[in-house]
Amino acid sequence: MKVSLTINGVERTHDVEPRLLLVNYIRDVVGLTGTHIGCDTSQCGACTVIMNGLAVKSCTILAMQADGAEILTIEGLARNGKLHPLQEGFWEKHGLQCGFCTPGMILAAYGLLERHPRPSEEEIRHGIEGNLCRCTGYQNIVAAIQWAAERMETGEEARFGRLVTSSH
Amino acid sequence: MAIAEPPRMAPKLVGTSIKRKEDPRLITGNGQYLDDIKLPGMAHVAILRSPHAHARIHHIDTSAARALPGVIDVITGADLVDAVNPLPCAFPAGGVENHIPPHRVLAVDRVRYVGDGVAAVVAEDPYIAHDALELITVDYEPLPAVVDQEKAMADGAPHLHDEAPHNICMHWTAGDRAATDAALKSAEVVVRQHLHNQRLIPNPMETRGAIARYDPGTGEMTIWMTSQCPHVHKILLAAFVLGIPEHKVRCIAPEVGGGFGSKIFVYPDMAICAVLAKRVGRPVKFVETRRENYTATTHGRDHIQDVELAATRDGTITALRVRSIANLGAYASTGAPGVVSTLFGRMVSGCYKIPHIFNEAYGVYTNTSMVDAYRGAGRPEATYLIERMVDLLAAELQMDPAEVRRKNFIPPEDFPYEPSGLGLVPYDTGEYAGALDLALQKVGYADLRRQQQQARAQGRLIGVGLSSYVEICGLAPSDWVQKEGWGGPLYESAHVRVLATGKVVATTGTSPHGQGHETTFAQIVADQFGVGIDDVEILHGDTAQGPFGLGTYGSRSLAVGGSALVQASAKLREKIKAIGAHLLEVAVEDVEFENGVVAVKGAPGRQKTFAEIAMAAWLGSSLPPGMEGLLEATAVFDPPDCTFPFGTHVCVVEIDRETGQPTILRYVAVDDVGHVINPMVVDGQLHGGIAQGIGQALYEAAVYDDNGQLLSGSMADYAVPKATDLPVFELDRTVTPTPVNPLGSKGAGEAGTIAAAPAVVNAVMDALAPLGIKHIDMPLTAQRIWAAISG
Repeated sequence: MKVSLTINGVERTHDVEPRLLLVNYIRDVVGLTGTHIGCDTSQCGACTVIMNGLAVKSCTILAMQADGAEILTIEGLARNGKLHPLQEGFWEKHGLQCGFCTPGMILAAYGLLERHPRPSEEEIRHGIEGNLCRCTGYQNIVAAIQWAAERMETGEEARFGRLVTSSH
Repeated sequence: MAIAEPPRMAPKLVGTSIKRKEDPRLITGNGQYLDDIKLPGMAHVAILRSPHAHARIHHIDTSAARALPGVIDVITGADLVDAVNPLPCAFPAGGVENHIPPHRVLAVDRVRYVGDGVAAVVAEDPYIAHDALELITVDYEPLPAVVDQEKAMADGAPHLHDEAPHNICMHWTAGDRAATDAALKSAEVVVRQHLHNQRLIPNPMETRGAIARYDPGTGEMTIWMTSQCPHVHKILLAAFVLGIPEHKVRCIAPEVGGGFGSKIFVYPDMAICAVLAKRVGRPVKFVETRRENYTATTHGRDHIQDVELAATRDGTITALRVRSIANLGAYASTGAPGVVSTLFGRMVSGCYKIPHIFNEAYGVYTNTSMVDAYRGAGRPEATYLIERMVDLLAAELQMDPAEVRRKNFIPPEDFPYEPSGLGLVPYDTGEYAGALDLALQKVGYADLRRQQQQARAQGRLIGVGLSSYVEICGLAPSDWVQKEGWGGPLYESAHVRVLATGKVVATTGTSPHGQGHETTFAQIVADQFGVGIDDVEILHGDTAQGPFGLGTYGSRSLAVGGSALVQASAKLREKIKAIGAHLLEVAVEDVEFENGVVAVKGAPGRQKTFAEIAMAAWLGSSLPPGMEGLLEATAVFDPPDCTFPFGTHVCVVEIDRETGQPTILRYVAVDDVGHVINPMVVDGQLHGGIAQGIGQALYEAAVYDDNGQLLSGSMADYAVPKATDLPVFELDRTVTPTPVNPLGSKGAGEAGTIAAAPAVVNAVMDALAPLGIKHIDMPLTAQRIWAAISG
């Protein structure tokens, strides 16, 4: 079956099996391997992408269900060679170790900040509870998201933040 | 104990929280993990696994699977009997007989746990490969299964292996049984407790897998693998399993998404992929699903322990007797028995000076997934045991648990210290009371106890739990570990190469799985030459790149591998000075090498830069007579002793009386890991370690039913802690360097996990003390606590 969608601003059209999961489409058909697969029960969130402005687990969606959608993956988050504040925050605050959960975690945080631009620590912890990290104990992930939230509200990076938002 | 010389350059980068060099690729989706690798012509492997815990295989029919379009090949155990040897166990328990049955990469006539491989399919894509598994029919005759290690030892229990009577792999003892028995008999106070250190699933976020490519032109077999130790995997696969000459096997660990021990071991799929790549003439890839990972990758812990601790009325510990039965699962995994003997068995006395100790440990086969090292590996089982017992003793004597600890700590002047009769290499250094005092001060212990009294008066259940730990890290030296049963060395290697333009490439024999070695090791090397962090590249994980290395486990990468980098660099520093002196036309004694320049002592400005000397070494025409060109050095560091990090963690919990729900109110950790190379990275290791320890204490358990079905068989059923399940960690540290390596560093990867579980459990038990509850086995779920409260 034919599926057409936009990933990181690039239109894609492919013939796919009806059963193909969106995560396998992104990884194996399109070749964007920054989106990871960590489980088979939609628990871990490593496959989180932004679809039509919302953070979704791409292992719970068939590629066909994403027909016509606009999708943002980790590869599309930095713009013009400049890291998104969330990416900078994770680097700055040591919000990652092995890095396997990181793309999904960053995009879950992206979805969270779209809804709650200045979340409390508690709201951040709730906001990312669908994403598992086995390395960090989450403390530095929370700090990274706080760091990004502060920068996205002010100055140059605020414009960057809105730019990303307005593209969806 | 020999003492290595300290690093000779003033540190500039060492000791600072430099942001990680790994991160830019990982935060942009450019990291390349195993499943991200796509080779031309690559096919995909899926493995059919037993749904039975114990069964005879009468017949396997693969014809329908073979007929499925897109299927390239199907193999069963019978196809591999001649081609592939059983997987070796590299770490039997030392000094005793070990009964190690053959572990075939695919079962031939019998399966022994749910997840045991019975057939493998190669297909054009992973979906087809998994479809084909559904089409294979296996005629099983189910057999009685046993999952509990105590039941497995009993007469009449289902029997797994002809080679292992009573399902016992090994029976190992340490210490003086008679003296310990006598001390217990005459003791003023004895506390006894039966403990279950439950089975855990490691849960790296990346599952395991392998890719194999065979080059018929060169005869080289290249295996990419999710590995913590590709060199070890290479020699085990080449020399023991596949029978391919060692120089024709290359193993590569790409980006590895966590491991926590589970990626140390040799697994069937590595060999299956190698065989299939050659058989079908195409590269093949296997990646576990998470459900497969839960059964086919090793688990951790699973000890049933009976412990007796004797003391005088004033709280002085006089004897410790331990009997521990470790569940090894269905086969002896690569390191399983040795983890029980060396890393658990010799560490049971913790931070305490105990005159009489006797410890006996069994390793037992059951119809469950294999158990091997998981973060801490033996030391969490030892630390939990002694720290629970010390709290039970304190409760019995109505003494403050901090005082009982302080009273029995090994005093600083007793180091190096050998625990009584346990046959361990000596603890290197320790200032246990210092870490305890700092932890108590940081948490405000005296105030906390007052607040606890007030809260209790109001009927609230608040508890304060301590855990003082010492662990064995920097695993080495080779001669000792070989006596302990380990079948190889435990040195670590380094190769340092200064390029013509003054850039440095250093290869380490260890192989990270997320700890940031590319950063911390670059800090070490850069300081040795006085160059910037971005002038140094650390290579790892490819057996074709550098000398043989042992890998990352036992918190050894920095203490042993980092030290090898210092040694290799030190060799080059001598050569750099000699070249510099030659170019400056002075004697080598008259120059010094600091801050990236070789300068004539007392003659400011007469100097040659590191880059100028690198260029001279490359040109090769202006060197001292007889000196070879290029700046390259290899070092192998084999320390005289292990390292023994320590510390005290304090946990404060409140229990909801109505529901049993425990909530961690404070978590304070004071750790002493010796000199710290990158504080940010070390704190990150401690955070993650504590998270896994809290996971064991409160949430996690691998649960089997009596038939050997894994009930906690998916991430929907096994409680990996979420962000909402964990507290804020308040960290501090003391610094007691080790003399056994040139960095003075001890290792930090496992400390948090080892310390945390007893701190949390002791806190919960302290909270429940007014109700007369003395012990609940982990995990301390709300349900278990509620049941205990409800009596």
